[in-house]
Formats: sequence, C-alpha cells, structure tokens
Amino acid sequence: MSSDSGSSSSPPARRGLIAFAWVWVGIPLAYGLYELVQKATQLFTG
Amino acid sequence: MSPPVAPAGWSRWLVPPAALSVHLSIGQAYAWSVFKPPLESALGLSGTQSALPFQLGIVMLGLSAAFGGTLVERNGPRWAMTVALICFSSGFLLAALGAAVEQYWLIVFGYGFVGGIGLGIGYISPVSTLIKWFPDRPGMATGIAIMGFGGGALIASPWSAQMLESFGSDSSGIALAFLVHGLTYAVFMLLGVLLVRVPRTGKPAGADGPAVFEGPQVSARSAVRTPQFWCLWVVLCMNVTAGIGILEKAAPMITDFFATTSTPVSVSAAAGFVALLSAANMAGRIGWSSTSDLIGRKNIYRVYLGVGALMYALIALAGDSSKPLFILCALVILSFYGGGFATVPAYLKDLFGTYQVGAIHGRLLTAWSTAGVLGPLIVNWIADRQEAAGKDGASLYTLSMFIMIGLLVVGFVANELVRPVHPRHHVPAPAATEKEAADVQRQR
Repeated sequence: MSSDSGSSSSPPARRGLIAFAWVWVGIPLAYGLYELVQKATQLFTG
Repeated sequence: MSPPVAPAGWSRWLVPPAALSVHLSIGQAYAWSVFKPPLESALGLSGTQSALPFQLGIVMLGLSAAFGGTLVERNGPRWAMTVALICFSSGFLLAALGAAVEQYWLIVFGYGFVGGIGLGIGYISPVSTLIKWFPDRPGMATGIAIMGFGGGALIASPWSAQMLESFGSDSSGIALAFLVHGLTYAVFMLLGVLLVRVPRTGKPAGADGPAVFEGPQVSARSAVRTPQFWCLWVVLCMNVTAGIGILEKAAPMITDFFATTSTPVSVSAAAGFVALLSAANMAGRIGWSSTSDLIGRKNIYRVYLGVGALMYALIALAGDSSKPLFILCALVILSFYGGGFATVPAYLKDLFGTYQVGAIHGRLLTAWSTAGVLGPLIVNWIADRQEAAGKDGASLYTLSMFIMIGLLVVGFVANELVRPVHPRHHVPAPAATEKEAADVQRQR
C-alpha cells in the first residue's frame, strides 16, 4: 500500500488552517459547554 | 460535484472539524423544544402539534440515512455535506416563511421534511471518510463527529432561547429566529464542505496500523443479508432504548423518585440533572468510543450492555435510599447510550470493512428510529399504569427498570452472537480496490 499525501507533519500554512478549523468549531462548542455547566450546577445548588 | 482527493501535505486533523461543523449544526434538532411554547401560543397549537416538525425530522433522518447511504458512498462526503447544508438551511428558511405567513404546515414541511433529509444525509456524511483517514483510531474519529451531534443541542438550546427573547415570541419573532438559524448554519456548515477531503488509497499520513482498504470488504446490499448486521441492529436498538428510557423522562423521574423522601428534588435541580445527563451523553461519545480502539468493539459493548444492566439493577434495588447513587448510575447509563451511538460505525468497519461502511451505517440507524419509539413508550406507559394503580415515588419506575435490564440482556446476547462475516459475503479484493480507484479517479 502506498503512503498518502506526504509526510505526517503539516506545512506551516496547513497548521494555520488546522488551528482556524478547530477554533471555528471549538468556540460554539465551548459556549454550549459553558451554558451546560451553568445549568448543571443547579443540581447541587437548586 | 466531485470531492477532491487530499493534496500532498493535507492533514487528517482537518477532517474532524469538517465533520464537527456539520454535526454541531444538525444536532440542533434535539433543541427543537425551545420553539414549542412560542409556536403553541403564537399559532394556537397543542403540544402534540408543536412536536410534529421534530418528529417528522427524526423520521426523515432515519429514512434518508437508510436510503441515501449508497448515494453518499457513491458521490462522496463533499456532495453529502452540500446536500445536508442545502436541506438543513432551506428547511429553516421555509419554516421562517411558514411562521411569517402563519402557515404551520409550511413549518412542518420545511423543518421536518426538507430539514430532516439534511439531518440524515449530514449524520452519515463524514463517517466513512473519517474511518478512512483514521484506520488506526476509527472509534476516536467517529466519536468526535458523533459527539458533535450531542453538542449541537447544547449550543442551540441557549442560543435559540436568547434569540426568541430578543426578537419576541410572536410569529414574526419566530420567523426571524428561523431565518437567522438557517443563514448561520449555512455559513457554519460551509467549513465542512470546503475542508473535507478523501484520502488517496493506502495509509494516510500519520496513521499507524493496517492500511485503509485491507481486510474483508462487504457491500451494503450483502451486509443487510448477514446475521452480523441484524445482531448489531438489536445491540444498538436495545442500548438506545435503555438510554432513552431515562433521557426522555429524566426531570420527572428524579422528581418522582425522591418526592416522598425528606430531601425532594426541586424543579431547578431536576433541570440541572438533565444538563448533567447531556454532559455524560457527550463525554461517553468521545470517551468510550476512543476506549473501544484499545479494548475492542465487542468488549466495549459488553461493558455498555452488561454494566448498563447492572446500573439499572442498582437503581431499581436502591430505590429512593440514595440520591448520589441514583445520579451516578443514571450518568453511567447515559454515557453508555452516547458511547453506543459513537462506537457502532467502527464496529461496522471491523465487520464489513470500509468499502460501503457509510451506507451500512445509514441502514443500521433504523434501529435508532425504532428505539426512539420503544424507549419512551415503555417508560411512559408503565409510569402511567403504576400511577393509576395508586403507586408513587420510586415504585412508579421499578417495573420499567426491570424491563430495561431485560432489553439490555437481549442486546448482550446479540453482541455475543456477533462473529466475523462469512467469506461468501466478501467483495472480491480486486473489485473493492477497483471501486476505490475509480472513486479516486472520478474525484480528481
């Protein structure tokens, strides 16, 4: 079996794209988790 | 549309965020309940009527995943993500029009029918591609994506509620909220469409272990004729039924359970319990699915089903004697529920190969639709009957718990019956390789 596209380490331009892509999905997910934690604490304080 | 094959230097770590952008969006479906009260007051609907768009959406999810899986395999993930984007977003836009002109049927058709197709195609769109990029860690890869489906509701629920608060809960406010949802999700999902790439045949850069297309390969048409497919169907159906049994009635269940004790559960504490269950559901998707890469798929389902049954038995036997024990057991059950969803694509890949794993996964999701009806039906029907018989507190749910244990045991047995697929079902090696090669050629 042949190896796929080049080496396992990404070129610098790709690293920026990877960071952007993860931030793109990470920010709304972090917002959702923050809201979840706020609500979940009601179990212990409510 | 042809999805491009990854160019040289393309990182496989770009594929999970592409998948997440789709799953975090379509996961909004589980936050539909936010729109129910405003719709009911604005359009004069009953609770049953206002649930219709969601119910039709889930039915369409199952149908489009089952019948669209082969198309997804044939046309690739970019085509599938584009279809999901168009259907899911235009579903919201049609619903916005329906709310603006106060035509509820248009909301049902738009969000439920059109949007539901987006849910099904979107759900299966990245599965096959992720498995091909991560042949060494398929459980983790699909776990990330399917965790996103759980995360979508966590994002949409507070976001939609805030939007309705700002725009107002009348029909024009709801229409504006639907419009903003449709446009925002279109932009958000676009990242997935632009980023997703299929690997060239062979081993993707950075992957350990066997290459992508090694091992037995089975077509979707043959897979549904194998006992392994139907054993897994039973496994998934039983595991999901057991999870939904708690998830669907979580708030009233914890309130009823401890209603007759010295420390009853308040409404806000019950809401906190529901939120904690969602967290366990999400954590299970990524955590247990990644664990399956280490201990094997059959073993992890032994844990989901066997320990799950034990947790139900503990809840039933402990009754209202210990709140922490009840909460802990429920959290473990919900983590297994999420884990069961997230691990099944990798289990399918182990049994049937990567050849048409997306299409096979789509067909298997009919087990989810069945469980979606079965789980709530069992718990609600029994709780109503017990209440009519004059019971209260934990005893309202004791019988349901024992039924759930029975279902999990059935699932456990089905998992034990899973064996490697007989070679007569395998696609001849050259045919599978030629198909993959043709896909790559067409996609260039």
